[in-house]
Amino acid sequence: MKQTEFLNIVLPFKDKLFRMAKRLLVSTEEAEDATQEILIKLWSKKSKMESYKNVEAFAMTMTKNFCLDRLKSKQAGNLKLVHSNYTDSSTSLQGQLEAKDSINWVERIMAELPEQQKMVLQLRDVEQYEYEEIEKLLDMKPTAIRVTLSRARKTVREKLMEKHNYGIA
Amino acid sequence: MELHNIEKLIEKYFDATTTVAEEETLRTYFSGDEIAPHLEQHAPLFNYFKKAKEERFTKQVPLKPRKNYLKWVSVAAIAVFMVGLYFYQPTSVPETLADEYTPEEIESAKEALALLAMNFNKGTEQLNHLEEFEKTTNKFLTKNN
Repeated sequence: MKQTEFLNIVLPFKDKLFRMAKRLLVSTEEAEDATQEILIKLWSKKSKMESYKNVEAFAMTMTKNFCLDRLKSKQAGNLKLVHSNYTDSSTSLQGQLEAKDSINWVERIMAELPEQQKMVLQLRDVEQYEYEEIEKLLDMKPTAIRVTLSRARKTVREKLMEKHNYGIA
Repeated sequence: MELHNIEKLIEKYFDATTTVAEEETLRTYFSGDEIAPHLEQHAPLFNYFKKAKEERFTKQVPLKPRKNYLKWVSVAAIAVFMVGLYFYQPTSVPETLADEYTPEEIESAKEALALLAMNFNKGTEQLNHLEEFEKTTNKFLTKNN
């Protein structure tokens, strides 16, 4: 397989891998490194790639596992500390900025969710995967996915309301 | 889209029973300008998802066939070894004198050695007189004792 061929296969979903990595690792640099690592791993397995039914799903599972391993390791523990410092709680006066702010709130709220909920929410609401695909990617039962997703969505809603009310008061 | 319908979809959304298409309807609704005031609280959520999907991976990935390179290293090593083997000449130790010297050289060496032996014997012959002297002195000494 040539490099261009490989890139044509990988190109449609590389951003999805990156967004998934960023959802889990929070830091952009970490997510970039993780995505790069995954793509290099895929490249080294390129001879086997034709036999995979769904390269995207395979790559997504790889990314998920890689990032979870990463979070377990000590290295990532340090990074986590660094990136929780960055929360900027300055409240803007202008309505426009406020609206933009509350969009950023969602990101912060999502960062506080348990990993399982993060992943389901990311796959469903950001990437719009079907439930069957999420089942395979996360190795979860359909009911478990729905419960997790519902819980995640409700948590985000509640936290968002809390922040909103706090902002007004 | 009717307001009633949207409200219903939102309810379904939080129970995680909406389809992908229905969720898309919600996203379109909340990205529009005409959002009902009592639903506005949900807008950041759906707008965030839309924004989050726009993020791109821009880093270049170095895809180099590293394995091939390593394969050639071993080939090069073997080539160097073979060249070394080809130019390697063991410094042979000569087994007999005949291998190292010409017959003339050996002959002259023999002659020189013979000459040395002859002269050496000449010297030792002279020592026979001393032996004689020793005998007589011994006789003298034993008498004295």
